[in-house]
Amino acid sequence: MAAHRCGLSLAFILIFSCIAHLGIADTLEKANDTTGEKLSASDAPREVNTDAESVDLNERQWQKTDVEPDTRDDPENSPSFRPAPAKDQFEEELVIRPLHSGDIYASFQFRTLWDVDFQQEGQKASHYRLFPKSLGQVLSKFSVRELHISFTQGYWRTMQWGQPFIASPPGAELWVWFHNTVSDVDGNWRELTNVLSGIFCASLNFIDLTNTVQPSASFKPLGLGNVTDHSFLRYATLPREIVCTENLTPWKKLLPCGSKAGLAVLMKSEKLFHSSFHSQAVHIRPVCQDEQCTSKAWELRQTLNVVFDLYTSGQGKKEWSMFKMFSRTLTEACPLASSSKVYVDVTDNPEGELFELSPATSLLSQAVVLGDRRTYSVYDLTRAETFGQLRSLNLLLRWKGDSGDMLRPLLHAERYVSGFGLQTGEIHTVIYNNHPFRAFPVLLMDSVPWYLQLYIHTLTVTSKSRENKPSYIHYQPAKDRHRPHLLEMLIQLPPHSMTEITVQFERALLKWTEYTPDPNHGFYVGSSVVSALVPSMVAMNTNFTLDQPLFSSFVPVKEESSYFMRVYTEPLLVNLPTPDFSMPYNVICLTCTVVAVGYGSFYNLLTRTFQVDEPSPPLAKRLANLIRRIRGVPLLT
Amino acid sequence: MNSVYMLLDIVLLGITEKQRGRYAALAIAAVVIIVGIPLWWKTTETYRAWLPFSDINELDSLQLRLSVDIEVVFSRGTLTPEQQKKMPLSHVSEKEHQVDAKTGLRYQYETRYRTATVMEEDALNQPTAAEADLSLHTLTESSCGSVVVYLIPESSVLLPEDVKVYVGQRRTALLRSPPFKSSWSLNEVISSLNPRVEQIASTMSFSHQDITAALSDRVRMTKVTKESMADSMRAIKSSPGYEITFSLLNPDPKSHSLHWDIEGALHSYIQPLLNKLAPIANFSVDSQILYYAVLGVNPRFDNSVSAYTLNADSLSHVINPVEARLGSNAASSNPVLNFLLYVPDAHHSPLFIKDHSRREVPTNAFHSPRWGGIMVYNVNDLYGPESERPVNIDINMAKVMGVFLAQLRLMLGVHKTHPPSGFVLQSPGSAGLADWELDRLMWSRSVENIATASTTITSLAQLLDQIGNIVINDNIALQVSSAVTSLQSAVAELDAGNLAFALQYSREAILASERAFFDPSLLHLLYFPDDQKFAIYIPLFLPMCVPIVLSLLKIVSEVKKRRAEKQAKSD
Repeated sequence: MAAHRCGLSLAFILIFSCIAHLGIADTLEKANDTTGEKLSASDAPREVNTDAESVDLNERQWQKTDVEPDTRDDPENSPSFRPAPAKDQFEEELVIRPLHSGDIYASFQFRTLWDVDFQQEGQKASHYRLFPKSLGQVLSKFSVRELHISFTQGYWRTMQWGQPFIASPPGAELWVWFHNTVSDVDGNWRELTNVLSGIFCASLNFIDLTNTVQPSASFKPLGLGNVTDHSFLRYATLPREIVCTENLTPWKKLLPCGSKAGLAVLMKSEKLFHSSFHSQAVHIRPVCQDEQCTSKAWELRQTLNVVFDLYTSGQGKKEWSMFKMFSRTLTEACPLASSSKVYVDVTDNPEGELFELSPATSLLSQAVVLGDRRTYSVYDLTRAETFGQLRSLNLLLRWKGDSGDMLRPLLHAERYVSGFGLQTGEIHTVIYNNHPFRAFPVLLMDSVPWYLQLYIHTLTVTSKSRENKPSYIHYQPAKDRHRPHLLEMLIQLPPHSMTEITVQFERALLKWTEYTPDPNHGFYVGSSVVSALVPSMVAMNTNFTLDQPLFSSFVPVKEESSYFMRVYTEPLLVNLPTPDFSMPYNVICLTCTVVAVGYGSFYNLLTRTFQVDEPSPPLAKRLANLIRRIRGVPLLT
Repeated sequence: MNSVYMLLDIVLLGITEKQRGRYAALAIAAVVIIVGIPLWWKTTETYRAWLPFSDINELDSLQLRLSVDIEVVFSRGTLTPEQQKKMPLSHVSEKEHQVDAKTGLRYQYETRYRTATVMEEDALNQPTAAEADLSLHTLTESSCGSVVVYLIPESSVLLPEDVKVYVGQRRTALLRSPPFKSSWSLNEVISSLNPRVEQIASTMSFSHQDITAALSDRVRMTKVTKESMADSMRAIKSSPGYEITFSLLNPDPKSHSLHWDIEGALHSYIQPLLNKLAPIANFSVDSQILYYAVLGVNPRFDNSVSAYTLNADSLSHVINPVEARLGSNAASSNPVLNFLLYVPDAHHSPLFIKDHSRREVPTNAFHSPRWGGIMVYNVNDLYGPESERPVNIDINMAKVMGVFLAQLRLMLGVHKTHPPSGFVLQSPGSAGLADWELDRLMWSRSVENIATASTTITSLAQLLDQIGNIVINDNIALQVSSAVTSLQSAVAELDAGNLAFALQYSREAILASERAFFDPSLLHLLYFPDDQKFAIYIPLFLPMCVPIVLSLLKIVSEVKKRRAEKQAKSD
């Protein structure tokens, strides 16, 4: 019986750890299949045990439901209990931007608004219409105020591609603002990461206190409410995280239409992951429903950014179509979406001299995005004429000439490690301000794991070979095995300059159980984050309307003259001194041998009995005696 | 002083060199055995906190005594003044059942007899039984788990002619008195009443079947009837909390735009029942709408009824693709009960379910034990063929919730009671559950909790006893002992007839025992293999032990040889 319970408990632990995965992924990949089988296999015997009548062991027993006709009258429809119809809303859009490098940047955005009175605590029942239930439960259980999570494969090449609509670092990034009613923020954070790792099939459960920081200034809430107490903020990155189909499937499942209709039909994982850059994100925040902000709602934004390298795969021809990129075409909008649009960036092609876009559309839209006024061709999927006679929309773009050079992005940052040997090193962070005449401040945030021990006295900030004193420094030193270093600085970047920040570090020796399975690969250090209000070339749109395209309305704009931008550097890969891992056993063997040899001779010395022995005559004497015997002379004694 | 040195010299010199070596070897062996082995033992020991093994062993053989308080009230006209004089009276009867070698059940009915008060007489004079039941309830608040039987005269018009027993919404029953001979003594009257009273008690509190079904975790069933088995199989396992999820499946949002007033429906149908069930478990309710959710089976078009049909055999395949999208509750690990409302798409409607005998199921709904239920809701006749898509459809929640409520009652283990003939049960009214039905549920839930918790604790104790590698931390020991004390108090409260407390303690016991059983710290050292231990120990132990063992063997053989010599000499 004990053994039975023990096996059952193991199965239970397996099941509990997989329950979230199972519930969410439909086209299960990899390991999920096997766990699914385990679940059903361990489910079945429990029912069979007690059921003598069961015919098929693996099947549930279905029974028809008999109900006596409900004798009760209609429910007392008290007029007091008639909630106003909810104003849930769903929008979807796809922006396609031909990049100067010849690559294609496709950015999906889906926005779900959940009209719910979320300030009210202790609500017993919750009702989900368009908003996914799994995320809604997470929000209320962990008292989350704002949640941002991104999974990125590849590095965004700012110098070639310009700025993305929403930047994200390689690997996984998670930052969460909790409500200020939460008493145990760390406990909530730990549980939240575990639950999210189940929801997104990612290794977010590796987030613990050793890679979590509380940035004081870099990450402000993007939604409603002006919170400044950063003790309710947690930020963590997993630069090592590999993003693949098993992360995409649960992400797609959060959409009300799934991947059955609308823009999401384009998301075929074999195409999306055959790309130079892939980034998917979920942003949840409270927003206003209208301009006066009379009612509030949860906003769930799901974004997916992909850069396709069609130049090399298309035999050097600069030409793309939707079918080539996604191996699908669009046939309908998601019926639940209030707006469903495809935008193609045609700013560089006002007269059609650069490329030819077919089918042509008369709808043009202008939007101010990242400090620049851009023009877009708009295809509205809710209209039947968009699809033409073929009943499908396959955008096609053929380049005629060579595009000119790209404007250098105004803000750009890189990072590398220098030094030699396995003892010390130096982290270099280089930030470029390419604005010809404006200086502007940036916030640099660095979170370095504890095993790189930063020497903060060696911190230098130089721009134009002169020392640049940061106006604000927030430094929180690491505690071994407890928390990472956190360095935040406000640096003024002179116009048209390169600012270099260096800091030296020493590599720590880890305990042998703390090494990763492949320690010689090196250890990742997450990207630094550069947040800035960059001076804008054109006046930004500050008034809040819902009619803006989604991609231009994510970050609230406070003033006309500048726009908010976040730039991530490369993650670092640092080698740590790595021991020989058979060492412990060798040490045990060696010390045991030494001890045994010492002990053996000691034992011998103590227990051996000593006897006085007649010394045998020396060799010379014996030889002499031998000769004497032969000669017959009396022997020597 | 000098003499001491001389003595020492003699002692030391007195022993021969050979003997000295022998003593040294013995001394080293002694040090290794007396100091070395305990030191090694102590330093490599796993921490095992103390567990109340003797109490657990006692729980292993469970003797439950369930006591029910029954009050029999004689109204005016049922007894002769002679008989009334001997009131009040009480009587205890006990029944014993040995379920298996380790489990015994004893039912104790404490019956008290008294005559009705004036107020109760007034209440009984109401025109209908339902009103009498209500006014009797306002007079006295009977405690949880008790039963009150009012004996009314044979000629009373309160009950219809052929009705012998009326069971009300609360914990009272009206019993039409059987004909007594006026010459009978009170004891004879009582003994003639007893079979009826026991029938009422087993309807309103518990029957032996319910209790043995609740013990199914402990006891392997052999001869329980199929029906009570099916009932207990259908009900979801006892748990401290349940998540109830209502999902509206809309596979075709292009043609149907569905609206359901789930908030209002929950408020008026489900919530009263859950409020009533609050002492048994915590419930959390939510609802969701899933689009493009399709069934796993393509329904077949049946020409005879010109509708699509699903056969009972294929029902088990229906759910699988939908279940993947239902989503488990991310925020808790309580069992989930799913109730799905499926609106078939325009091309596959109407859709009907057929049962095993190929008849259409009138409710168009089916349920799966311990999982939940599905109802198919056809909307095709609500709109014409030329109406504009998507069609706005309001779902009739009264129809839907009637089915879901019935399914929910089944899943929660509120069994359909099968009263003996002559019994009339008052329907539970707006609360969805009569007090005595709640009591029944509480009786079987407490017994089930006690059975489950005791098996969990005893098997945990067995496991820990068998595998010495498992570390038992203090918190596990704490959980185990709190589970044991709660179990003991639950058993004691059942014995005393305090049903509410017994249920509460049994819930605490089950929580603590599960927490102890599934504690991850139990797994830490469980699989530390023995061969690795040997690999680490052998380089040290082998070279140290070989000389000791060899010299000990040598000493033993020498001693033997000397003895043999001595014997030969003495011969």
